[in-house]
Amino acid sequence: MMTQYLDLLMTDYTLQIITLGTAVLGALCGMLGSFAVLRKQSLLGDAISHASLPGIAIVFLVLGVKDNNGLLLGALLSGLVSAVFIKGIISKTHLKSDTALGIVLSTFFGFGMLLLTYIQKLPNANQSGLEKYLFGQAATLLASDVWLMSSIAGIALLIVLLFWKEFKIVLFDADYTTTLGFHVKFIDTLMTSFIVIAIVMGLQTVGVVLMSAMLLAPAAAARQWTNSLSIMVFLAGIFGAVSGILGTAISASANNLSTGPVIVLVATFFVMISFVFSPIRGLLFKQIKLWKNRNDLKLMKTLMFMYNIVEDHDNISHPHKIQLLNNFQGYTKKSLKSLQAEELILLEKDSWSLTEKGFQVAKNLYTQQS
Amino acid sequence: MEQKIAISIDDLTVAYNYKPVLWDIDLQIPEGVLMAIVGPNGAGKSTLLKSVLDIIKPLAGSVTVYGKPYKKQRHLVAYVPQKGSVDWDFPTTALDVVMMGTYGALGWIKRPGQAQKKQALEALEKVGMLPFQNRQISQLSGGQQQRIFLARALVQNAAIYFMDEPFQGVDATTEKAIIQILKELRKAGKTVIVVHHDLQTVPEYFDWVTFLNVKKIATGPVAQIFNDDNLTKTYGINYKTSIVE
Repeated sequence: MMTQYLDLLMTDYTLQIITLGTAVLGALCGMLGSFAVLRKQSLLGDAISHASLPGIAIVFLVLGVKDNNGLLLGALLSGLVSAVFIKGIISKTHLKSDTALGIVLSTFFGFGMLLLTYIQKLPNANQSGLEKYLFGQAATLLASDVWLMSSIAGIALLIVLLFWKEFKIVLFDADYTTTLGFHVKFIDTLMTSFIVIAIVMGLQTVGVVLMSAMLLAPAAAARQWTNSLSIMVFLAGIFGAVSGILGTAISASANNLSTGPVIVLVATFFVMISFVFSPIRGLLFKQIKLWKNRNDLKLMKTLMFMYNIVEDHDNISHPHKIQLLNNFQGYTKKSLKSLQAEELILLEKDSWSLTEKGFQVAKNLYTQQS
Repeated sequence: MEQKIAISIDDLTVAYNYKPVLWDIDLQIPEGVLMAIVGPNGAGKSTLLKSVLDIIKPLAGSVTVYGKPYKKQRHLVAYVPQKGSVDWDFPTTALDVVMMGTYGALGWIKRPGQAQKKQALEALEKVGMLPFQNRQISQLSGGQQQRIFLARALVQNAAIYFMDEPFQGVDATTEKAIIQILKELRKAGKTVIVVHHDLQTVPEYFDWVTFLNVKKIATGPVAQIFNDDNLTKTYGINYKTSIVE
């Protein structure tokens, strides 16, 4: 299947365009998504993408626009209007941001769906093809679309490199940035604008419903692997691009599964792998470390108990019966073996003795505690 | 003794929604003082700092720094926000955060280089955090995070320092280290303004104090005005204290 797909990729121009498009889109969304995640605006992306639907429908209905770029321009405008509404609701009312996002998301999306069903009942509705913006249809990507995406990704990259320092400090501490004389609102607007543009660019491929996953999943995955902002942004871009390429490959080689959802699933797969296996923050390593620490502590407690017995004797390596340990509940045969493996004790049939090393370790443990 | 005025606040009024948080504040802060701002929760202490620093837009009033509007004098003023105001899980290192103190002097787009790194390392040394320079900031203790914030302000090499509860949630060692640095700043002729909660330590740490509870209650030298009368006026309870004298 793999070789079949590669053959197809070599020969099929459309597939090449789609693969390139989804890769560029993934990289763009991954990069900008990192900023959305760190700015705690994860949900903003979701609201804006849902809110772009009525824009598409209105442009089609009122202006009769049918070409992709015109429709996306409508999506962009309606997305921006929703962002203004969200910020307005948060600053003018007592509502919290999640409530404001929820209200705007469902109102705009509901209105969009209403218009969409209206459009479908019109004569020659089947030519409109607006449904593709709901879940995306990568197959409709044209070379010109990919060119546009690549140009925007290029500009976004340039802006990020140029304003790197400003983006970083606003993300970390906006109030402090103000006191340094930077125009925080400008930096913030620049960041949000590019996030909105990235969302709109992805509508055709992934659709309004799943678009926010494209922003968030690569960034969330990347965060697990690094404690450096630059590496995080870079990794998120890579994860996004690879999700795009793999998603397209899977959908092309498996009965033309819908590409958008497959890309999103691949990106989510990256998130799951990262959550479990990342060495810095991964659940698996955390758990292993926890077990190991608890085990070490248990061993040390056993050693302490032995030390307390040995302390009263002149000869530290004098053997004692294992039965003596029965008063102490924390030991097992296994834990005694572990202690012997670390050369802290010596075991002989049914007796044990502390080694010089074991005695010193226990003694120092004692002084540290008291 | 004629003292230069570092900060002059005139008729400052701030309101969130309908409720005034600060009412008609007039405050002159002389150069070279180490001043505590004290008052109960909700008295507007942090808000006073933020509106002086133009983070919050006041309803009315003006702030001058050495006789000129604050906006023209930003480079003279450094700010240490509350430790809890940022997300310490942000992917960056201690050194990187301290470097942010140099961004203001750098201005737009220009990247920090070796000179900025050197300044940041010096500041880290001053607060005793040099060994932790490459530590991810979430792995620092509360006291260490507070020191990092202090170092970031020190890098700005300002004349005036505003600090929002720098002693909150730090251990005794860190508190001593921080107050030592603040006293050194005062010795160097800087003006230091600190939002402070622990009334017990006011006479020991500070030489100037402002009582605030939405309105300004009193301001002046600790030795003259830090007394039961002003504490009672500020906190609204009959304040029997063994703190002074």
